[in-house]
Formats: sequence, C-alpha cells, structure tokens
Amino acid sequence: MINIDSLELSYGTDGFQLSIPQLIIQDEEKVAIIGPSGSGKTSLLKLISGILLPQKGTVSIEDVSVNKLSDAERRDFRITNIGFIFQDFELLDYLNVQDNILHPFRITQALTINAQVRSRANSLASELGIENKMKRLTNTLSQGEKQRTAICRAMMTAPKLILADEATGNLDPSNKTKILDSLFRSTDKNNATLIAVTHDHELLDRFDRVIDFKQFCEVEGV
Amino acid sequence: MIDSLYLAWRYIVFNRIKTITLVMCISLVSFLPFALKMILKESENQLMSRAATTPLLVGAKGNSLDLVMNSLYFSKEKPDFISMKAIEKIIDSYLALPIPLYTRFYAREYPIVGTSLDYFEFRKHTIASGRAFAMLGECVIGADVAARLNLGVGDSILSSPENLFDLAGVYPLKMKVTGILNKTNSVDDKAVFVDLKTTWVIQGLGHGHQDVKTITESDAVLNRSEKLVTASAKIKQYTEINLDNLESFHFHGDPSIYPLTAIIAVPQDEKSATILRGRYLSEQKNQQIVRPKQVIEDLLGNIFQIKEFIDAVVLIVAMAMVLAIFLVFSLSFRLREKEISTILHLGCSRSTVIQLVLAEVLIIAMFSAVLCFSSLLVLQNFQGEIVHKLFIS
Repeated sequence: MINIDSLELSYGTDGFQLSIPQLIIQDEEKVAIIGPSGSGKTSLLKLISGILLPQKGTVSIEDVSVNKLSDAERRDFRITNIGFIFQDFELLDYLNVQDNILHPFRITQALTINAQVRSRANSLASELGIENKMKRLTNTLSQGEKQRTAICRAMMTAPKLILADEATGNLDPSNKTKILDSLFRSTDKNNATLIAVTHDHELLDRFDRVIDFKQFCEVEGV
Repeated sequence: MIDSLYLAWRYIVFNRIKTITLVMCISLVSFLPFALKMILKESENQLMSRAATTPLLVGAKGNSLDLVMNSLYFSKEKPDFISMKAIEKIIDSYLALPIPLYTRFYAREYPIVGTSLDYFEFRKHTIASGRAFAMLGECVIGADVAARLNLGVGDSILSSPENLFDLAGVYPLKMKVTGILNKTNSVDDKAVFVDLKTTWVIQGLGHGHQDVKTITESDAVLNRSEKLVTASAKIKQYTEINLDNLESFHFHGDPSIYPLTAIIAVPQDEKSATILRGRYLSEQKNQQIVRPKQVIEDLLGNIFQIKEFIDAVVLIVAMAMVLAIFLVFSLSFRLREKEISTILHLGCSRSTVIQLVLAEVLIIAMFSAVLCFSSLLVLQNFQGEIVHKLFIS
C-alpha cells in the first residue's frame, strides 16, 4: 500500500506548490493520474520514487517511509522495488535492446547479472514480442518496440510498484492500446501496483481509479 | 567496474568517429615530444659516436660542417678537393698517420669511398667474408649494401656515372667484390670501399685499353711514329679490371696533384695533434684542419636550440589539445545530460556516474597510449634511416 500523508512540495520561481493531504493507493491497484500540464503529476511519481523529497509530510510504500531513507538507501529501494517507465522511453541509443533491458543491473551494486537474470530478460522480451530484436540498437526500433523495451527494463526487477510517466504519449492509437495491454499484462503477472500519468482520456476506463490532479496543485496560470 | 567498462566501451564503439578523433589527437600530442626526443638522441648518438672517434680532419678551406659530414657520413654535400700533396705533408711531419678519403662517386645510391686499408684498422672494422681489396678494381662492401643488393664475394658492382647527360664521358667501372664487412651500425654499412687509385680510375685519371703498339686494325691508330702512337676512339677501353688487363692500366699526369676530399689525421699524441693544428692555422691558406667532435657539438647545439623551440610549441599545442579534449568531454556530457538524469532516476549513484565517465576516459587514454607506443616502436625501427636522411644526406 502507498500512503501519502500531509505532503507539501514547492519549487521553482513560478510559485509551484503541490499539496496532498491524504492519498492512499492499494496494492495491485491500477491508478491513472490526469491533470493539466504543470499540475505536478510527474512530481508525484518522483516523490513516490524518492527522486524528489517533500518539504513536509511522508510518502510510505509498504510501511517504508521513502523520504526518511538516506540517499543510498533510497537509490537501492528505488532500483529494487520500483519500475520506472519514462515519457520518451529514455533508452540508451548506444546499447542494444538486451543491454538496455539489463541496464539497471549494470549501474548499481544492489543488483547483479547472472544466468537467471538473462533468462528473465529473454522471457520478458518474448512476452512483449521483441525477442527477435534483442541485438538491435534502439535507434533502429519503431516507437512501439522502444516502449516495449522500456517496459521490459522497468519490469526486470519484478517490482511491486510501476510508475509510468505518459507511457503512451508518443504512440499512435493502435500502439497505445497494445502498449497498455502489455503494461497491464506485466503488472498483473507480477501482482504489481501501477500508477500511470496520462493525457489519454480514452484509456481511462481501463484503470481501477482516476485521480485528477487539479485538486492538489496551486500554480499561477494553471 | 567491469560493468562501467562495458557500458563505456559500448558508448565508445557507438561514437567511434569521435573516439578515433580523440585517440588520434591524444596520441599525436603524446607521440611528438617522445619522437622528437628519440630522433634527437639517435642523431646525437650517430653523429657524436663517429665524430668523437675521428681526432682530426684535413680538407679544403670552406664550410667545416660540409667537410665533416662528407668525410664522416659520406653526405652528398661535397667539399672542395685537396691534392695528394696534403698526404705527403702529413707523412713528412711525422706527427700523424694520414688516411686519405675520396668520396666523390656512387655505385647506385651507395657512396664509393676511396681510401687505404688503414681506414678499416682505424675504424676497427672486420671482414665478415672474403678479404680486403688488394688490387685495382676490387672493392669491399658494407653489410647493408651486401644485403640490399644481394651481393656476395665474387660478385660485381658498377660505379654510377656522375652525370647522366655525359654519356661519352668516363665509363662506369665494374668492381669486383672481394669482401663484405661485418655490420658496424654506422654509415660504413652503406658504403663501397675501394683503393684510392680505383676512384681515380672511375674519374678517368687512370685507364686501361688495348695495347696500341700491337694493335693491327688500321683505323684504330691515327698516327704512329717511333716515339708516339696516336690512337682513335675505336681503341677498346677496359671497364673491368682483371689479371689479364691489369698491366694495361696506367695513370696520366702528376699523381701528387690527384684529388682527395679529405684526410683523417690520426696524431701520435695530443701534443702532435696540437702542433699539427698549429701548422695548418699558420701555414695553410687553402686547407683547414678541424676537430670533428667540436664541429658536431656546434651542430648539435643548434639542433638542441631548435628542439627547445619545438618543445615549447609542442607544450602549447598539448595545452590547447587538453583544453579541446576537456571541451569535447564537457560538451559530450552536456549532450548526455538526459541520459545521466535517466540513470540517476533509475537508481544509479553519482559515484557510479563518475565511474562511467572515468571508464570512458580510461579506455580512450589506453587506446591513445597503445597507438602512441606502437608509433614509437615503428619509429624506433626507422630512426637510424630518418636521422640519416634528416641530418646526414
């Protein structure tokens, strides 16, 4: 369970302020977050994952207060418990698909690559239909294939929480559905919780809950 | 660290043009000062070792460097000639042993050095196969000449004409190889040694031809009297000297004025050397006596002055290159800001990011070092020839 309590965050010169009195997201829940640009949707994902720290309040995941952890503990917690899917995939163009999927394992000592991990990478790629693209550089992939690669990377540690920041934002309608199907399938398979920031209102009915962020945010012009 | 090296390697391979450019630049800037030092060290060794073992050199007045370079290293710059009288003068003084040198001619690109057998003893050269020259037309060749022209004892080598447009001039002389010198690691390895008289035959001061007294062809003799026979151009000139025609070879004119390029004077002792030098300073208007070591030291002094200037230029270029490389890396990391932000978001620590950067720098530095070291190894193999071409030829 994710519990956000009395959270306050402000930054920037434009007086951005995010204030969430209470937000609880249950295990295995699929939550869509909507709201206008600059309303703090991405900031919420960063707060949950510990990339940003609030000025006030707490963010707890499974009774672990993320904002109370040290830097190193937060990094280890993030990489082992949270799968992050970025808006524009953020794959590394100098690595092939396989190396991109295994990338989290190469940049931290908390994870190590072994035969089991490689086998999981192949199995995830197979589930998402990119098993025959493993040796290709990511700049030769289609948008859909890139997104699937990003999902594979996020799922590699079998996280219990998946944060997706406009994961379908750059895709055409048919790919949007396919990617969302893949994401939901992977989430279900891992019994994970999904929090997805999205602008695609036509996809909202597929989520368990939709949170409109307008209520939490105060910023001039929003 | 292995993962950092792997990721850095993938990045480097993906951006191979940038990497190759960086590696080339770093290698070049590192290579230049080492190469310069290597070449100058080799030039110092080559020039000084020979100059230091040659006590005095007598030659025509003029550029002392030309005299030393031609006499010691057989360079193509020819000093004015002196005559055989200079030899007699040194012999008469009892102050030094004179070793004549006449280095005017070539056999292909190899200098023909007309000298006496004392030269081999003076230079401590030994013969690997065969024997020293004993009669007119025989030669002893350096180890490199033998290897490159694939010549052995009993083979022949032709002297080259001085001027290609003077086809009716002096005939090339076919010289018989009687010996091959052991490798000396000096310019003597690339020289053809003959007796002084053989060089005069090459020049045309001496020659051999059919006996005009016994010749029967009427058009070969233009005029015949009791005292004088005038032969025509039809008479056969010998271009090779052997036992059958050796006796027909003869010299015209006064041998005491036959030319030399220099004389190595080996004094009995330091006192004799000083007296001999004094005599040349006071008496000789057309000749000079020089200490090769001093001439070469002056030359090296000039070279090292130039080296200091080049070192300063290389230092400035290196500093500019370091700044340029720093700029390339800064721009590269600015371009990779998003990538770095992504991996930080994924859970990577800042120390790992620094490790990734260092791994990339390490790989580039390693490649640059390998390229620089390989280039230096190649240069080391050719440094002798390079020095010869730069400072001697």
